[in-house]
Amino acid sequence: MNNYYSANREFCLKQIDLEEIVSDLENDFQDQGPTALHSYTQATQWYAMILRNAGDISANFIAPRTAAVDLQGASFANGAVRWAPESQENMDVLAQAGLMGGTLPRQYGGLNLPVTVNTVIIEMVSQADASLMNLFGLQDIGVTIYKFGTQEQKERILPRFCDGTVSGSMALTEPDAGSDLQAVSLKAIEKDGSWCLDGVKRFITNGCGEISLVLARSEEKSKGAKGLSMYLYERDRDDNSVIRRIEDKHGIHGSPTCEIQFNEAKAELVGKRRFGLIRYVRSLMDGARLAIAAQALGIAQAAYDEAVKYANEREQFGQAIVHFPAVYQMLKRMQAEVETHRLLLYDTAWHVDQMEMLERRAARGEKIRPQVKKATAMSGLLTPIVKYSTAEMANKAAYDAVQIHGGCGFMKDFPVERLSRDARITNIYEGTSQLQVVAAIGGITTGLLADDWEKLRNMEIVSLTEAHVSVVAHADRYENIVEQVKEMGSKSFTDYVGNYLVELTSILYRLYLFLPVADAHESQRELFDFFFCESDARIDYLIRKIENAASVYGKRIDVLKSDLVKV
Amino acid sequence: MKKIIVLAKQVPDTANITGQAMKEDGTVNRAALPAVFNPDDLNAMETALTIKDTIGAEVIVITMGPPAAVAILKHALYMGADRVMLISDRKFAGADTLATSYVLAEAVKKIGAVDLVLAGRQAIDGDTAQVGPQVAEKIGFNQITYITGIETITENYLIVTRDGELQTERIKTPFPMLLTITDEANTPRYPNSLNMLKYFRADTASQFDDDQIETARAHNQVIPMWKADDLELDIKRCGIKGSPTRVSKIENITLTGGDLELYGTDSKDIKQLVHDLRKDYAEVNE
Repeated sequence: MNNYYSANREFCLKQIDLEEIVSDLENDFQDQGPTALHSYTQATQWYAMILRNAGDISANFIAPRTAAVDLQGASFANGAVRWAPESQENMDVLAQAGLMGGTLPRQYGGLNLPVTVNTVIIEMVSQADASLMNLFGLQDIGVTIYKFGTQEQKERILPRFCDGTVSGSMALTEPDAGSDLQAVSLKAIEKDGSWCLDGVKRFITNGCGEISLVLARSEEKSKGAKGLSMYLYERDRDDNSVIRRIEDKHGIHGSPTCEIQFNEAKAELVGKRRFGLIRYVRSLMDGARLAIAAQALGIAQAAYDEAVKYANEREQFGQAIVHFPAVYQMLKRMQAEVETHRLLLYDTAWHVDQMEMLERRAARGEKIRPQVKKATAMSGLLTPIVKYSTAEMANKAAYDAVQIHGGCGFMKDFPVERLSRDARITNIYEGTSQLQVVAAIGGITTGLLADDWEKLRNMEIVSLTEAHVSVVAHADRYENIVEQVKEMGSKSFTDYVGNYLVELTSILYRLYLFLPVADAHESQRELFDFFFCESDARIDYLIRKIENAASVYGKRIDVLKSDLVKV
Repeated sequence: MKKIIVLAKQVPDTANITGQAMKEDGTVNRAALPAVFNPDDLNAMETALTIKDTIGAEVIVITMGPPAAVAILKHALYMGADRVMLISDRKFAGADTLATSYVLAEAVKKIGAVDLVLAGRQAIDGDTAQVGPQVAEKIGFNQITYITGIETITENYLIVTRDGELQTERIKTPFPMLLTITDEANTPRYPNSLNMLKYFRADTASQFDDDQIETARAHNQVIPMWKADDLELDIKRCGIKGSPTRVSKIENITLTGGDLELYGTDSKDIKQLVHDLRKDYAEVNE
């Protein structure tokens, strides 16, 4: 029977060492009781069961319903939003199987999973139905409530997320505040010690969900980030908000995108006033960005699988088209990109787990501030990189999958048509690719990855020694070009070449992750060789682009816009 | 609260037949096939759990089989069963439906005060559909076979639908009763993550070390095993001794399609088609 918890996912997850993290999550395996885990081996056994179950549900329950979800989509009538019936069935089955509240503690009914394991679940659900991830993955706002809410809020809200009786939304965007959330103007008004919200939120994924986290301006007449606070809004306990409409979208039709009007709607402050954007939204968005990367990877895997299947079935000129170099070249590239992005995704998730573990330890009084800071910076760098790189890759994979299907891929009869539409949002929402570059560029230019490149140089490689030398040489050139960009001291130029630098970082980092794996596992060599072939040239190309831009324009880079600016 | 017993069986996965699935003597090569929860029994499980969700019930799952059958009992716990029991003894080996139903009926009696017994319509290895009905006879319960759906669940009665081949029967039935469930009745639920956490370490007592057994018992993770003696059985009625069924011959059969008649599209052919259909219908309803 088909199961999305496939051998390659299992293999990739096995490359990640979660022992210290799991031990910390499970109170050093000292707990007693029927649900206490007593060793890392037990934990991994249980995780594997959960993953196989989620893989089974994704492949055999969710995937067969996706075409219907896409066709009908979420609907809106008389002020009420309705998920497609199949989306509701999917959510019911996921809740019944106990897959909600993945990373929330078990005292609230959650599973207390490492972020890494939960990310694999999100990836598989997305492979089956990308739009479902937006309903399922938004459970993640529970994590923000867990981190920053009061004990009372946690006890009231989290069990409802864990048993699947509520779904959530993060209400940040407004008509005039998209990428620039500092411009949020929805008002939060304090009256007699309680808060109410007034204004409009737009493009809110699953805004119809019972629980929303709303970013609002609590400080009257303030401007910018510091006047914003975070609020908890319970739609099922307040009548003073209306869904005005839902959007008619290009893809992810199963996910309702809502416009919400708050009319002095009762809400509760989450955490501290004025920390809404600078602290809580960042945490919320980092979680969401990782989930979008997982969603994009799921879509890319689905596109690749469909393309391989079609290329083997479709015959032209007397043979299956998979035999034509032009076709298998595309397939091979998709395969290499999907697998190496999986390494990058799981590694990033591990960094998030690492950060959270250190935060917990620091909260218990351990003096580890520098470690927490470094770990926060690392996950803050890798998260936008994996979001950028995976979302762009998923679009390319879906594009190539359509290409391999030829005319059929343009028709709605084949799943790749939907995949190409669903992929398109991944590099737009939760921060466009361009914003991910902005989020990543600081960490790149300050050399946050220097320790990793040092590890790369000192890696003990047994078989792939030549490749090791080449990858190390690339790392040298990479650090060199980053230095050159920095030395120029032009913000415009740095921003201009930002996407080249982020892409370079993604490729080099994936080589760094893949090299020791391929060295230790012969089964991975062939794919590594291909990936090396491709990325070796790609690194040259990207470095050349930066060098050329530096030598031709340098600090004068803004001249490029001179004939484009019309106002 | 109702007490429901589900009869379950571990079977070779005949959906994944390979070349080595049959031995030369025509018997099933169990070693070559993965063992699974008998599919219809999962529908019986789902029926039990739906009733539990609706009016509250204790769901007890029993299986007769080798120690490896613990796997399906654990699966039943993951789905939401309250208690499970393995009925296992070398003396049960070679049982046909008569001997099997004898053992299961005695186990149901020993559990006692049962309101409802549920079984799958039939197992995919033997395909006899006899064990459920025979258990019903032996415990003196009314039986309704080939259930296609449960329409109404109340404390005092169920309204069920039954596949009667040419018609669907709708039956109101008081407790206690035994039902055999078809795969049309429902979609079995998936295992639940937290139930898996509670029970993935569950096993029969002999599989635990001495220092673990008390904790495991306290955590409800020890699966009780009943042997012939525990049920005070008449050994002559168990296993191969209690099984009058003898296989006289096994032959390979290749299934072929039924008679196919092709009709054209002109009015004469259509008339003929209508005539033939009416004739078939009349014959079937004679």
